[in-house]
Amino acid sequence: MPEFITQWLDQHEIFNTLTILHYWDGLVTTVQLTFLSLIVGLIVAVPLALLRASGKWYLSGPVWLYTYLFRGTPLLIQLYIIYYGIAQVPGIQDTFWWVIFSEPFYPALLAFTLNTAAYTTEIIRGAITSTPRGEIEAAKAYGMSWWQRTRRIVLPSASRRCVQAYANEVIFMLHASAIASVVTIIDLTGAARDIYSRYYAPFEAFIAVALIYMALTFTLVYGFRRLERHLLRHQRPVGQA
Amino acid sequence: MLDLRGYGPSLMEGALVTIQLAFMSLALALTLGLLGATAKLSGSRVMRYGATAYTTVIRGVPDLVMMLLLFYGGQVTINALSDYLYDAHNIDFFYQFNPFISGVLTIGLIFGAYMTETFRGAFLAVDKGQIEAARAYGFTRWHAFRRVMLPQMLRHALPGLGNNWQVLLKTTALVSIIGLTDMVRIAEQAAKSERAPFLFFIPVALVYLALTAGSELFIRWLDKRANAGVAREG
Repeated sequence: MPEFITQWLDQHEIFNTLTILHYWDGLVTTVQLTFLSLIVGLIVAVPLALLRASGKWYLSGPVWLYTYLFRGTPLLIQLYIIYYGIAQVPGIQDTFWWVIFSEPFYPALLAFTLNTAAYTTEIIRGAITSTPRGEIEAAKAYGMSWWQRTRRIVLPSASRRCVQAYANEVIFMLHASAIASVVTIIDLTGAARDIYSRYYAPFEAFIAVALIYMALTFTLVYGFRRLERHLLRHQRPVGQA
Repeated sequence: MLDLRGYGPSLMEGALVTIQLAFMSLALALTLGLLGATAKLSGSRVMRYGATAYTTVIRGVPDLVMMLLLFYGGQVTINALSDYLYDAHNIDFFYQFNPFISGVLTIGLIFGAYMTETFRGAFLAVDKGQIEAARAYGFTRWHAFRRVMLPQMLRHALPGLGNNWQVLLKTTALVSIIGLTDMVRIAEQAAKSERAPFLFFIPVALVYLALTAGSELFIRWLDKRANAGVAREG
């Protein structure tokens, strides 16, 4: 680090090297929690969305119930049920799962993943059901099987249509991950709460963390906008870059 | 029958607190949303930039961080103010910032930003000629707004309003974190002391589910009413 920064850090009452490191650890935890749950959630959501869009009640019904329950209740309650509830599962404390779930990180990861998978399922379902009929009819006319149509036509076409809604979900998840701090996880918000209670400096502690969240948010917004432009480049008028 | 081990009545009270919180926040959010949308569509550059800054900041920061900032920061500010008043003017004044007020302020402020976007879009969706016609008939600006703009604008705003309300309802759970004794906090305390998380959290989840499901029906009914005079497409 340049000398003037280290000097400033050494002198500053609140933003000294220790607090900056604490924020850094928080940032790492927030990013891990958010992106791990988003990635797993997305992987789970694609098959669920296909079931949900299948048109058969015994396939779409259970998925509908799952998304309805998780979208109709606050994430905080879901987190509490999983965090406090997992210790109550009979016998779990004797198995190796307990090694994983006795740490708050993993129950929180599970809660976030289930939550984002529910929202993502509905986003993808919306995109799948709005696939133009002609695209599917053309695929059928070419003799493609259901799986070939889905893999070659429906999913690529749907993925373009859900970028915007999914970008919102990603940002929602980043912000929602702040509640991890209530189950003693030191994420960004947790770090800010520590620094607040240590120095009794609410403005410094929380405004600093708000700025970090804003930077993350707007980087993501920018990235998704680029991605959307890239995916929809075939729809741009001829001659425009 | 469900045995809540004596926590039933306080959970009920907590549910009422949640509902009050939601409605008061909604009222604030609607007010801020209308003001924000008016500012965004106004001719004044300062107002437009101000409203844009407001919606941008709110969208970038998590609800919980905003709430913590307002709750703890608000208390520090008020303490500093009361110290100053005592030292300078010998006025003895103390105010304990309470979680309910902080909750209403934060949720209202956050959803005011989302409402601003909803209302802005809805205002733009109303044909300009409507207002011009009203003005030509001698309506005052206020009358043209209330009688012509508002009823037509609401039709376009309803889907967005409904969505915002559903999210707002679920956000109220966060206020338990700063110490409001709503149903979430009571359930948490009960779950801890009785070591029965499912017994207390699942009924609370069901109350939220009932609230969101009920709202959905109500919004659908409102939407039907608001669109009564409009021919459906297709």
